[in-house]
Formats: sequence, structure tokens, C-alpha cells
Amino acid sequence: MSQMSKIVRTLSNIAFPFIMIFGFYVIAHGHLTPGGGFQGGAVVASGCIMLLVAYGSTWVFEKIKVSRLSVFESLGALGFIGVAFFGLLFGGWFFNNFLVRNGILFNIVPKTGSTAAEFNTAGVLPLMNFAVGVKVIAGLFVIVLVMAYASSLKEWKQ
Amino acid sequence: MSLRTTVAVVMFSVLVVFFVSTALMLSFGDPMKTEMDDYIIMHTQNETGTNSGITTVVFDYRGFDTLGEATILFSAVSGVLMIFRRVKN
Amino acid sequence: MTMIFNIPFIAVVAMIFIGLYAVLFKRNLVKMVIGISIIESGVNLFLITLGYREGGVVPIFTSAPSEVVKNAPGSMVLPVPQALTLTSIVIGVAVLALMLSLIMHIYEHYGTLDVRKIRGPEE
Repeated sequence: MSQMSKIVRTLSNIAFPFIMIFGFYVIAHGHLTPGGGFQGGAVVASGCIMLLVAYGSTWVFEKIKVSRLSVFESLGALGFIGVAFFGLLFGGWFFNNFLVRNGILFNIVPKTGSTAAEFNTAGVLPLMNFAVGVKVIAGLFVIVLVMAYASSLKEWKQ
Repeated sequence: MSLRTTVAVVMFSVLVVFFVSTALMLSFGDPMKTEMDDYIIMHTQNETGTNSGITTVVFDYRGFDTLGEATILFSAVSGVLMIFRRVKN
Repeated sequence: MTMIFNIPFIAVVAMIFIGLYAVLFKRNLVKMVIGISIIESGVNLFLITLGYREGGVVPIFTSAPSEVVKNAPGSMVLPVPQALTLTSIVIGVAVLALMLSLIMHIYEHYGTLDVRKIRGPEE
């Protein structure tokens, strides 16, 4: 896949930071507003795929190593399982929410009823959101990157 | 009668039965058993400290579902990389 | 009760029927994958529809309206089907990526996408 025209590249350069900011906002506020790790990761991966379409898969494939993205995906999965095992270590069972009342971070319990958005709540859920977000970003982007690069090779064209 | 026609007839009859039963029995907007969901809605703030009920269910009450989902995503990425393993050389 | 009587369930059955038709009667592999995606959308719509409560809003307490919080569990939709639908969507994306990769491999190997021509061992 070769790169597209200069208009498309300029417009995708302009739109790319806003998509990144929105995606990371959705990941970070997953315990307060609609969204979470999966949805925000899909948004960020869609922004990266927009750059991939605009600049061509061979250019992106030379810039980014697939093995490095795969390492990020594994790190997301290991972070998720690691937080769950920390629950087993500190609280007594797997997936225990050990930070919710007596942790050092994210330990505020909101008042019952309609509250304002207090970021420092919800225990281990923001950490899990972040791990799953990294995992989904790397996973979706590496799938589309490898498929786009494979379809542009000579041996895949009949 | 070929195999495809037989399968199509069976699928069509199953779908007709499903269609009639859903149109007659269930009523939209009135779920039958809601005790578990009511408990989750009422206790999501003082048990887990989260304002969002859906994130609570995804990561806390039903964390094992999310663990299996992450496993499936990981194995799908591994499968795609394995199918295109010639590309990386 | 409601103006829309059971139309979401009818839409679910229609989507599953359209997807099964595409899977059973189409010869092209890409069209069969499109049919599988339509079936998956129907199943997601079925889960969401089962969890809907009449007049309910999303179960999130961040700056929720006061009359929603006052009669709390009755005025919010069920959260568990929505979480399971989120799981189902991500699994659908993963399976779709795997199917399309296999279809690319099949096209590279056989040179066609017709299921009648790719049957049997390679000559």
C-alpha cells in the first residue's frame, strides 16, 4: 500500500493528536464515565490505523518493529494478571480489589448517589483499565499492520 | 434433497419457532430476574468505590470473564502473527 | 405498555436469519464472513435487548439526575448484559481478524475464494 496524497496526510496529521487525547481520556476515566480500556484502546488503535492508511504500510512497517508491539501486548496482559495476583497476595483471593479503602492510591469511596467525577477512586480498576488499554492498542494495531503489509507484498499478489 | 437444503430447512424451522416464541412470550423493557443487577447497581459505590456499574461488572464482579477475553485477544494476535510469519523474514 | 411492542426481538431474529442465509447459500468466503458478522451483531443486540428496562438510563452515578438516583435500581438498565456484550464485541473483533487472515492465506494458496474450487487436496 503506497502513501496517499498530501491533503490526506496533512489532515490526518492534524486529526491524530485529538484522537490520541480522546482515546487516552476514555481509558483514564473508565471508572467514572462510559468507556474503559477496551473502548479507549479501540479509539487509539483506530487513530494509529488512520496514520497507517495515510502514509502507507511499508513506511510504517519500517518505522515500527512488530516484535516491539507484540512485547507491549504481552506487557498489557501481564499487567492485568499481575494486578489480579496482587489481590491474591494482599487480600486473600484472586481479583480482590485491595486498594479500595486502605490503599495508598485510588482509595476514596464516593458518597452514595449522584456524585461529581472524583478521579482518585475505584481501587485497582484504573490500573486494570490502563493494562487492558495498552493490550488492546498493541493487539489491534499489530493485527492491522501485519495484514496491510502482507497484502502489499509481491508474493501475495497473484 | 441435498444436504444444504436439509440444513436450510432445519435452520428455517428453528428460526420460525424462535421468532414466534420471542414475539409471544418475552416483553420488551421488562426483564424477569433482576436481583443480581439490582444488587450491583445499589452496591457499586460503597463496595468497589466506582461510579460506573459496567466497569465494576467487567473488572471486579466478573473479572474472570475479562481474563478469558484477554486470553482470546492474545491468542488471536498470536494466530495472526503465526499465519503471516513469512512476512517478518 | 411501550410504543415499540417487540420490534427489537424481531430485528434480532431478522439479523440472525440474514446472516444464516449468507453463511449457507453464498459461495464466496468473504460474503460468508460478512454473514457471520451479521449473526454476531444480532446476538449482541439480543443481549442488550434482554437487559433493557423501560425508561432506564445507563447505570453510571457520575452526575446522574436526581430523580434517577431517587428510585435507583428501577430506573437504570441492567449492567451485566452490557458487560457481557462488551466481552462479545472484543471476541468478535479477534475472531474476525483471524478469519480474514486465513482467507488471505487461502487466496494466496489457491488463487480463488470460491468454496467449490478450493475443496480437496492440491493437485
